Amino acid sequence: MKKLIIAAAMILTVAGSAHAKEWKNVRIGIEGAYPPFSWTEPNGEVKGFDIDMANALCEEMKVKCTLVKQDWDGIIPALLARKFDAIIATMDITEERKKKVAFSEKYQHIPARFAAKKGTPIELTTEFMFDKRIGVQRATSMDTYVTDNFPKAQVKRYGTADEAYLDLKSGRIDYVMIDSAAISDGLLNKPGGDAFEFVGPKLNDPRWFGEGAGIAMRKNDTELKAKFDAAIKAIRANGKYKELQDKYFDFDVYGD
Amino acid sequence: MSLEAFFLWFSQFEYVQLLINEWPLYLSGLWTTLWLVALSLFLGLFIAVPAGIMNNSNNWAIKFPAWAFIYFFRGTPLLIQLFLIYYGAGQFLANNEHPIALAIWPWFQEAWFCALLAFTLNTGAYTAEIVRGSINTMPSGEIEAAKAYGLSRFKIMSRIVLPSSFRRALPAYSNEVIFMLHGSALAGVVTIVDLTGAARIVNSRYYAPFEAFITAGMLYMMTTFVIVFLFKKWEARWHKHLKPLKV
Repeated sequence: MKKLIIAAAMILTVAGSAHAKEWKNVRIGIEGAYPPFSWTEPNGEVKGFDIDMANALCEEMKVKCTLVKQDWDGIIPALLARKFDAIIATMDITEERKKKVAFSEKYQHIPARFAAKKGTPIELTTEFMFDKRIGVQRATSMDTYVTDNFPKAQVKRYGTADEAYLDLKSGRIDYVMIDSAAISDGLLNKPGGDAFEFVGPKLNDPRWFGEGAGIAMRKNDTELKAKFDAAIKAIRANGKYKELQDKYFDFDVYGD
Repeated sequence: MSLEAFFLWFSQFEYVQLLINEWPLYLSGLWTTLWLVALSLFLGLFIAVPAGIMNNSNNWAIKFPAWAFIYFFRGTPLLIQLFLIYYGAGQFLANNEHPIALAIWPWFQEAWFCALLAFTLNTGAYTAEIVRGSINTMPSGEIEAAKAYGLSRFKIMSRIVLPSSFRRALPAYSNEVIFMLHGSALAGVVTIVDLTGAARIVNSRYYAPFEAFITAGMLYMMTTFVIVFLFKKWEARWHKHLKPLKV
């Protein structure tokens, strides 16, 4: 019996020390359907600001990174199920998500906005939004914002932002509410996008949109969080961040 | 432990919390699933019976349209049919000034209508095949007897062939009803909040996929049990004559 206990204790110690592991290989979950942050080329290659950010951070941390593509509404469950170790997918740091995952410091902060056919009026009140059809991407902070603030609107939830744009173009929905940079890239600057425009103010109320987008990790991977935080700081300081930002945007995506 | 204390203890679990908060969403999802499936099955019958009879015809001009319809809808996945109708309508009917497009777009604009149409056509095709098979296995002696009595072709169809085929088709049709119920889970991909859609919303709120989907799974299973039970009742009633005699 004593031997058994000792053996068990030894196994536990080994398991415990293995847990505080040296991160040599980090698997990163990405979405691949949210331009300009990440999109999939016809040949299957993924590109975008998030992808470049992931590669730059991994280079800074001196670890080997593997990118894993995952649909947005299953991305947190997949992280918790250990399919990858971190999510770099423009995920807003919200209180709701913090209950399940840990976040790095923010690496960007882009406000969300409504977009609609040119000339569509908008008022952000319950009465005005009564029966208005609003398209959002399922499980985003915009989904929560619209659901909480406009209980009498018809909220249509899509798997990807592109499906929402399709239905906005055909007139099935009146508004979409998505990250402003994603709307610019995925809708307004695409062929046929000139019939649409941003409506209403920029929205970044921290209660729904948090303090920006961060890298999500499992709560017990504290060393990994420390590494990512340090790496974000480092690429901000050495100019790499600005270089990547200027590749995709003509404004400051880090916010203040 | 008092009852109150028990409930307090019970409701601390995360899953119980999820159920307490989200059961209205699940119920409204279940309701959407039920009416969508029931209505498509009902409307599908009006396609299935004529298509099944036509597909049995020896006249090529009558047989071909039914055959082509059944072949297409059994030959392609339901999801593809739904996409074709939903996004096809968005592409060709929306922003189209043609009077026909203007007239039908308000219907196709609604996701539920696209789903209803896809489900109805799909179940219509499958059920037509059940009807055809069931008519084919009609004992020829019964038809000969009807002819000997001098019944018209229409009377033979409506009084002899269809009622008898209907009885023989019941077990196969119960399968189609269950398949349709489960197939309707696809409605969620075109923004309809059916039972699966409700589960996806719950998953997105709690990041608890297992809990979210097992709840929907249980509700689907309960619905299936009710369907199986009803068909058992109907079979007991309409297959009475096939039962061994009690001595």
